[in-house]
Amino acid sequence: MVYLTRKAEFSASHYYHNPDFSPEENRRIFGKCNNPNGHGHNYTLEVTVKGEVDPRSGFVVDLKQLKEVMHREVLDAMDHRFLNKEVPEFAHQIPTTENIAIAIWQRLAAKLDRAKLYRVRVYETPDLFVDFYGEA
Amino acid sequence: MKAHLSRRYLFSASHRLHSEAMSEEENQLTYGKCNNPYGHGHNYTVEVTVSGPVDKATGMVCNLPDLDRFIEREVLARYGHENLNTIKEFITEVPTTENLCIQIYEIVQRGFHHAHLERVRLEETMMNSFEYAGKSEPLR
Repeated sequence: MVYLTRKAEFSASHYYHNPDFSPEENRRIFGKCNNPNGHGHNYTLEVTVKGEVDPRSGFVVDLKQLKEVMHREVLDAMDHRFLNKEVPEFAHQIPTTENIAIAIWQRLAAKLDRAKLYRVRVYETPDLFVDFYGEA
Repeated sequence: MKAHLSRRYLFSASHRLHSEAMSEEENQLTYGKCNNPYGHGHNYTVEVTVSGPVDKATGMVCNLPDLDRFIEREVLARYGHENLNTIKEFITEVPTTENLCIQIYEIVQRGFHHAHLERVRLEETMMNSFEYAGKSEPLR
């Protein structure tokens, strides 16, 4: 089994707000991430797939195809967007790094045919990242 | 849905690697320049990974300020700008980055209860790092 990781970057804005919380609770729990006009990050995405090396091509996965799927499913939807307003998953879900990683997993998992998705890692900043392994 | 969240923190400290169980020559041979008598320092990066279900209401594994406050109080204040050899746990134990990594894991494991601790990864320089995930936990 071999693991292959491809990186990509996207920039987006978001804010954290739960309509079920009072304004005070939202501010207490989410702090400055609750500012209603949003703020932005340069996200780094790492997608790791695993599989056997194809004896003919020497590939675990066709990197061009992986790049193309990442661009179509993730970057085209999220890059230079306001996540709360423009990405359907976040209409009713807070776009925390946790939920972004889960949403990216769900967008990619069904689209990768030969290789199996192993991990989605999303860096919000170089000092904060979330890993999602598809666990329930 | 279970996710893993990792956060990185910086601190600077000095140490000297020297074991009382070894002769001067053995210490020199084992630790090389890390055995120089007056010690030396590093900028350490500690990466803490916790896991848990993503809370439906907050979208979070745990609230970052809780983790930040805990690490600042219990780890960074303890080791930052200190000579590690003078700190209680390293009076009798050599303050290698392996041992420091295990100590930090134990501190977080004992005191932080807002999420499950998966592992602690400690970088001594850009070129080397150590990871500890508890006595019987395989690393992921």
